[in-house]
Amino acid sequence: MARFLIKRIFSAVLTLFAVSVLTFLMFFALPRDPVSGMCPKNCNPERLERVRQELGLRDPLVTQYAGYMKGIFTGRDLGSAQGGRCDAPCLGWSYVNNEAVLDTIARVLPVTLSIVIPAAILWLLLGVGLGMVSALRRGTWLDRAAIGFSLTGASLQLYFVGAVLLLVFVYNLRWLPVPSYTSIFDNPVKWASGLVLAWVALAFLFSAIYARLSRAQMLETLSEDFVRTARAKGLAKRTVYGRHALRAAITPVVTIAGLDVGAALGGTVITETTFGIQGLGRTAVEAVRAGDLPTIMATVLISAVFVVLANVLVDLLYAAIDPRVRLG
Amino acid sequence: MSVGDEPLLRVRGLGKHFPVRSGPRGRGLVRAVDGLDFDVRAGETLGLVGESGCGKTTTGRMLVRLLEPTAGSIEFAGRDITHAGRRELRPLRQDLQIIFQDPYASLNPRHTVGRIIAMPLLVNGIDPPGGVKARVRELLELVGLNPEHYNRYPHEFSGGQRQRIGIARALALRPKLIVADEPVSALDVSIQAQVVNLLRDLQRDLGLAFVFIAHDLAVVRHFCQRVAVMYLGRIVEIGDRDDIYERPQHPYTRALLSAVPDVTTLGPAGRIRLAGDVPTPLNPPSGCRFRTRCWKARDICAAEEPPLVPRDGGNQATACHFPESGPAGAGSGPAGAAPAAAGTGASVEEVSR
Amino acid sequence: MSMSPVEGVALAEVESGGDADAPKEEKGFVGRSPGQLAWLRLRGDRTAMVSGALLVFFVLVALSAPLIELLYGIGPSDQFQHKLDRFGMPLGYAGGVSGDHFFGLEPGLGRDIFIRLVYGLRTSLLIAFAAAVITAVLGIALGALAGYLGGWLDAVINWVTDLVLAMPFLIIALALTPTLTLRFYGERDAVSPAFGVGVLIAVFAIFGWTSTARLVRGQVIALREREFVEAAKASGAGLGHMLFRQLLPNIWAPILVSFSLAVPQFITSEAALSFIGVGLTEETPSFGRMIYQSLVYLQTDPAFVFFPGVAIFALVFAFNLFGDALRDALDPKSSR
Repeated sequence: MARFLIKRIFSAVLTLFAVSVLTFLMFFALPRDPVSGMCPKNCNPERLERVRQELGLRDPLVTQYAGYMKGIFTGRDLGSAQGGRCDAPCLGWSYVNNEAVLDTIARVLPVTLSIVIPAAILWLLLGVGLGMVSALRRGTWLDRAAIGFSLTGASLQLYFVGAVLLLVFVYNLRWLPVPSYTSIFDNPVKWASGLVLAWVALAFLFSAIYARLSRAQMLETLSEDFVRTARAKGLAKRTVYGRHALRAAITPVVTIAGLDVGAALGGTVITETTFGIQGLGRTAVEAVRAGDLPTIMATVLISAVFVVLANVLVDLLYAAIDPRVRLG
Repeated sequence: MSVGDEPLLRVRGLGKHFPVRSGPRGRGLVRAVDGLDFDVRAGETLGLVGESGCGKTTTGRMLVRLLEPTAGSIEFAGRDITHAGRRELRPLRQDLQIIFQDPYASLNPRHTVGRIIAMPLLVNGIDPPGGVKARVRELLELVGLNPEHYNRYPHEFSGGQRQRIGIARALALRPKLIVADEPVSALDVSIQAQVVNLLRDLQRDLGLAFVFIAHDLAVVRHFCQRVAVMYLGRIVEIGDRDDIYERPQHPYTRALLSAVPDVTTLGPAGRIRLAGDVPTPLNPPSGCRFRTRCWKARDICAAEEPPLVPRDGGNQATACHFPESGPAGAGSGPAGAAPAAAGTGASVEEVSR
Repeated sequence: MSMSPVEGVALAEVESGGDADAPKEEKGFVGRSPGQLAWLRLRGDRTAMVSGALLVFFVLVALSAPLIELLYGIGPSDQFQHKLDRFGMPLGYAGGVSGDHFFGLEPGLGRDIFIRLVYGLRTSLLIAFAAAVITAVLGIALGALAGYLGGWLDAVINWVTDLVLAMPFLIIALALTPTLTLRFYGERDAVSPAFGVGVLIAVFAIFGWTSTARLVRGQVIALREREFVEAAKASGAGLGHMLFRQLLPNIWAPILVSFSLAVPQFITSEAALSFIGVGLTEETPSFGRMIYQSLVYLQTDPAFVFFPGVAIFALVFAFNLFGDALRDALDPKSSR
């Protein structure tokens, strides 16, 4: 187990390293001059040059990259124009937002978490529940309705669903305020009412996928010998389906859920754009548009960390659940 | 056919060791096959028998180089092919073919029968006189199938017919030696006899040499001129068929023969029951590998591994410190009871009908 | 359109079964290949036939877009400013739906929505099919090699797959698209619409191959120890024969299903990219771009949101339905 863990973590770190290098290179391949976007108005060439110097843009790429990575692990001094000393984990200074990137992230990450976590709970409950019921009641109208629901949901676009929800509940019925983010610690009711449309939209689309997946898994499990044996032994239907079949069927669902949640935590770009909520995803999009390298690096790295972490967790979970997985 | 001095296949010290990771610490080595020596002459049939897990299938796959040997050498028609690459092997492939055990897994379900049988011709770029199709029809006829069926798919055939297709494929290149890996054990008993008879006819008509891998002693007796008995990756006894069946010298051979069901004697009379299970090849017993289940084992059996040596000046060689003598049945069973005429063959008669 | 691969497989197998000079009367002996059996099952599935017909219809519409333009009499860039009120909103009901403009007009520029949707369909299908074909080829090649050869190649391909999965696709695509464009065009040059389409396909290809590669790798690993593969090996078959003749014909079914489900995914992704404002140039009509532009008018002109939204839903829905039916037909064991 320890050996497997070490190997897995090593490969995860290697992946993150490669992501950071690729992002760095890609940004510098952008032919756009990153300084012109950052410089305040009435920039003269001297000032531009000074900003370049300060940002270290005249240094070789390797030096710049090393400086950035050093900042993350030990902190570094960025110079007076960039807020001076920047403690670890230092993600740099954004000229566009005029603040330390860490502060930006600290502001927008809770927003994305507030969107994703309740939505994920909702879509898992709804999706898996629907899938199980439809598998157990196979062929009934309930099953057909569930299939219809999941096919429809899987074919819908988030921005379209979001637009319809906004139109109906915000603009026409006026039941809900225009979506916005309030910290759950300040006002839980406002927090929920501002985000509920985003949760519903996300949960609707994802639960459709999970309903399909868990239905297929459950049907496959139900046709396996051990379930038939358990039934033939005379165990109650409830025990067999609830205890034996569900556990076997849910394992792959958990795997995919872990990866999906990991990916979603890295930024729900479309959701945030549709509902006009400033989370990690929208911040990343704006950073790319503005050519704001420190913010791009931070957002890409954070979302990569979530995905890689989810991958490792899923692997470990899988190994723990399924004894057939060899930890070699 | 140069029957005589130079064997077609000469195997010396052949071994296959699989590295395995076992437990939290360290790794082990499974000695699936360990130091085999045997020859097969042109047109000769050698049976390789033993319990499942004794390494006979591994041996078969090494002979046709589907597995890479880790020790020893394989010489075919005077050339060392132990580690020959695909290109060097290519001319020899035509002379050396294999028939598989499972007729359901050994045919590509997406190919027509014609394509399956023509495959060896195709990959070797051979254009037989009269065309590939004519050859395929000829082969189908040879193995007793309707030559018009070449456009059908494997799922439309029964197990026995599928095995005939596998045989036709092996014959496509006119090989000199065929390794048959339990070719009938997956078939119904009634079909087994037909397929074995087909193989025997082909062997006679085409002068083929066979390495015939099986666990069914009756089938081997019917088909093979020589027999090698394997136990836990080693050959414990090898010799001509009649010697092995009528005068087995190794206790393991005796035990195997006594287990052959014999309709002439009812009841468990004379059956040698081996105690315990086959030991793991990960950690085989010291000395003689059979000693843990042998009723004759002494101290020397644990200390010294018995070499495979010829006895009585004949063709028969046995790896045992205390070989039996005398015909089967007259020897000493574990209970001292005489195993009644083991394998004299009602079951064999049935097969050869 | 997407039915043809099934047919193709079936036909190929029939053809390869016997030589061309086979006498006619032997037809009676021709067996039914697994592909043909799947085709028969598909033929018997009403959902498959309906969704398949719908897909054929969509493809025909996309292919004949210029013809439709001719008959309709309006081009995708024609503006009808005189049919808008002074706020730039279309006159009449439901966003200006009329006999002349089936789906009404865009607010602002006053372009015809129907003909823009027809051309948008063309763009979406072109990008999605091209991306799906390229990713399938890449994924099959890399996955088959990784699965069959194993070893370091397998390790490298696996790691690259992990890496690609760890990159946030939308953000990277957002950064990559202008980069690629600016590599070929100057800051001020007009970018040709075809180039924009090409860049998008390239970005999809870079990110899209991993799922097919994983699928193929798994299938190849499951097959490579089978005896029919060993039989070919024992006959001296080379790598090409092993992969293309022995292994791939046995994994067409899952590849085909994944292909049919990848197409709607690429349609969705193209729309999503257009939605966050990358990808295609302004004059290229595309579903995602229309929706993105329409959201501003959500309150004032909901019909403008409705038509592109429903169009993309119908397209993706038809693909998903057909993909499901295809899966059932190719794998009779699967549930329905």
